[in-house]
This record gives sequence, structure tokens and C-alpha cells, in this order.
Amino acid sequence: MKCVLTVIGKDKPGIIAKVSTLLANNNVNIEDISQTIMQSTFTMIMLVNISNSGVTMQELKENLKELGEEIGVSIHLQHEDVFDAMHRV
Amino acid sequence: MIKTNEIIETINMVEKEHFDIRTITMGISLFGCIKDTVKDTANAVYDLICRRGQNIVKVANDLSVEYGVPVVNKRVSVTPASFLTAKFIGEELEIALALDKAAKEIGIDFIGGYSALVHKSMTKAEESFINSIPEVLSKTERLCSSVNVGSTRAGINMDAVRLIGEIVKKSADITVDGLGAAKFVVFCNAVEDNPFMAGAFHGVGEGDCTINVGVSGPGVVQHALKAIPNASITELAEVVKKTAFKITRVGNLVLDEASKRLNAERGIVDLSLAPTPVIGDSVGHILEEMGLEEVGCHGTTACLALLNDAVKKGGVMACSNVGGLSGAFIPVSEDIGMINAADSGSLTLSKLEAMTAVCSVGIDMVAIPGDTPASTISALIADEMAIGMVNNKTTAVRIIPVPGKTVGEYVEFGGLLGRAPIMPVHNKSAEKFISRGGRIPAPIHGNKN
Repeated sequence: MKCVLTVIGKDKPGIIAKVSTLLANNNVNIEDISQTIMQSTFTMIMLVNISNSGVTMQELKENLKELGEEIGVSIHLQHEDVFDAMHRV
Repeated sequence: MIKTNEIIETINMVEKEHFDIRTITMGISLFGCIKDTVKDTANAVYDLICRRGQNIVKVANDLSVEYGVPVVNKRVSVTPASFLTAKFIGEELEIALALDKAAKEIGIDFIGGYSALVHKSMTKAEESFINSIPEVLSKTERLCSSVNVGSTRAGINMDAVRLIGEIVKKSADITVDGLGAAKFVVFCNAVEDNPFMAGAFHGVGEGDCTINVGVSGPGVVQHALKAIPNASITELAEVVKKTAFKITRVGNLVLDEASKRLNAERGIVDLSLAPTPVIGDSVGHILEEMGLEEVGCHGTTACLALLNDAVKKGGVMACSNVGGLSGAFIPVSEDIGMINAADSGSLTLSKLEAMTAVCSVGIDMVAIPGDTPASTISALIADEMAIGMVNNKTTAVRIIPVPGKTVGEYVEFGGLLGRAPIMPVHNKSAEKFISRGGRIPAPIHGNKN
């Protein structure tokens, strides 16, 4: 299942490293990645494939939420279809 | 890949603007459950709902996790129960208890369909069924009831309207704070695929098992309007349309997936803007964002007409099957903007009635004094039914004569049902008119063939 992972928050060193480490540890593959500063906020969008992940999506989301709280950013993980549905005719 | 700003927009809709899928409702046909005895029928009803509906909650929760959009309510609607109880006059409660028990067993919020369709006339069995409603609502927890008393094709059954006034009053009188009446709605032109409570039932024209989805998102619309404070009214309508499109597309996606996973027919998306008592999730506040000092003032009906139409236009393009009530809901106790306006006196019952001529339903979740005569409630219902009949639209009344309370006081229902100030009703009587009985003939344009 392909999902969009979004990290939003205050920029600081190590955000990408920590998020990607968590993903690697859960066998989640990163297929695309982009990062920008939007209105002085760090914004990272990843397209990830969670099909081979050892944990459920719910668990993965909880782990990401925990990590987000630890490093002071908010992390969302959502099926890519929801964005296609909403923004593409 | 989707652009960053689009992804952020979607996330903000959920995080900051209270966007959610308001309900996934499974419609189940119970015609196959009719047996020789009421006990066997009740058992068959219970078994079928438990079997068909066992995964609704799980699927709704899974979809919520996957898409990151909350699915707030999981519900079931069934064949109008008066068809099941027709042979069992006086034993209706048994079927009601089976419906309620099944709802608890599968963990859903509400089950709708303790309903009767009497828009032209009532059978003896239907009259007995309607008379059972107050007791049923007081002895069940999650069961919702509705009665259709009028249609553009048939006119308005005024014998039923008279009876329903008494039923509403009794339902309120025998439950705490009149909660029974909050689970009952009376319709003109009721729709068969409505996923929203209290009026959901699985119509006789429906199949075995269908999924219908109700979207929401008043906060999203309000936020979109806030971003264009000086726009013209034409531009307002465009923005509402685009926003409704986006919201409905998610509803459409959820409908596709939910019906696949639950092995049910793909039904409709109901495009309603359904408010909740939370701040930032109010239809009243959308109207105020358009430029009203407070909802209820002159201009309210025009703003609501614009909103309702734009929501439909945006939503229709986003989904292959649109149905249900589709439009803007204006339940007073469930909308903080409406609560405040009713409290300040800006919003009156008369204005609400006018608003229902241009929006999706009707006088909804309005608390009135407990000593209001049944005939006044019937007359209020008759007015609302007349608006639906003549305008060829669905109208409804869900009104709560709160026992022991009067104007100036509040009633707290809690949760999604919210809280409401007791609103004054007209104090002149329509008893003579209501006591006449008979039928208001269908309007000339109802005769379309």
C-alpha cells in the first residue's frame, strides 16, 4: 500500500534521519521524497510503500506520532488515494 | 505526485477544520425476516443484522486509519419496521427490542427504521405501530424512529399529523429531558437512502444490503470563505462549490472501499453539511461568514439558499451516485452558531421555518416548552409538511417539548445531540384545524403524468 507521509514542524538537524530510521526499522520503503520550507515551517513529504511492513498501519502511525512528539514535529501517514480523490478530477 | 500545498490543505481540513466522514450507514432489507410469529421474526431480524453488520465498525475504523479522515458514526438502517409488525398488532415492542439489541451487539451508534409510511392513509396495523413509538423510544437506546406523513404526489395525511403531535409529546414526556422525541422525526417526501439519523430507513425500493455514506465539513467551508473576506457573492458560491467537491470526493472514495469490504451494494453519498456543537463546525457560522451579523437576521434565507445550492452543485460532480438529503442541515441544538442565535433571540421558529424552504431538511432539534399543546405541535408539523409538499422537496420536523421546562431555560442532550435553549412557540391555537382530520390534497404540480 502506497502512503503519503507528511512531516510538518520547526526545522532542526536530524528530522529526516530519525524518520527514515524508523521507517527502515519497520521495513517501509521510501519511493519519493521532497522537502521544503513553507511559511518558515519545515515540510517534508514522502511517498512510502508499507506493503512489506511488519507492523499494522495503526501501529506504524502510533510509532510515528510518538517520534513526532519527541522531536517536536507533527507526522501524518495516509493512503495516497485520499489525496488523488480530493485534488484530481 | 500530489503537490505539497494540496497535501497540507487536506491535512488541515481534518486537523483544524473538523472535516470528517459523518457516517457510514448500512441499509439492510428485512423483508426476508417476516415469519409466522413475532418471536421468530424478532430472532430473524436480530440474526440478520448481526450477520450483515458484524464488520461495519471494524471497516469504518480501518478506513479512518488508512485515509486519515475520521469516520464518526457507524450505523444501520432497516426496512420500515411497520412492514414487519403488520401481522403482530400490539406486539411491536418485541421487534424494536431485537433491533436495539442487534445495534448494541455490533457496536453501532444508532439503528434507524422504526418507521412507517402513511403519507396517504394509515392501516389499522400502522396506527397501532405509530402508537407504539413513545414506549419503544423509552425502552430502547439506539433505535431511531420516523414516520412519513406527506408527499407531493399524495398530499398530507392530516389524521397522521394529528396523531404524530400526540406521539411527539408522549415520547418526550416519558423520557428524561424529552430525549425520546430527539430520536423521532416526521417527514414529508422522505427519501429511501438517507444515511443520517434519526430519519434513516432502508426503503422498499432498495436491495438486500447497501452502503450509504454521509459526508460533513461545515468548518472546511467556513474556513474557505474566511480566506476571501471581500469576495463577491458569485465568488462565494464558486468557493463553496469547489470545497463541496473536494469533501464529496473523499466521501465517494470511502463509499467505494466500504461497500467492497462489507460486500454490499454501493449506494449513495449524501452531500450534507452536518454541523456538530464543536466551535468551528457550524452551518450558522458559515452564514455569518457570508456577512450576517447573526444567523436569523434578514438575509439568512438568501445565504442559506446560496449555500445549499452550491454544496449540491459541487458534490454532484464529485460522485457517481448522490442521494439522501444532500444539502445544509440546520439542527439548532447541534450547531453552536444556531444555539447562540436562538439564545439571543435572533433566530426564531418562524425564521427557521422559512429557512427550511431552501435547505435540505427542516425544523430539526428544536426544544420547545414542555406544556406546548399536542395540537400546536401538529400544526407546526403541518406547516413544515406543506413546505415540502408544495416545493417538491424533503422536509422534516424533529422537535422536543422538554418536560417541565419553558422559555429561558436550557436542555442538555450531550454528545452530538448538543444543547438547546427552549424556543417560544406561537401561543394562539390551531386545535380546530388539526381536529378536523382528513387529507390536504396533493398540489396541482404533483399530478405530473
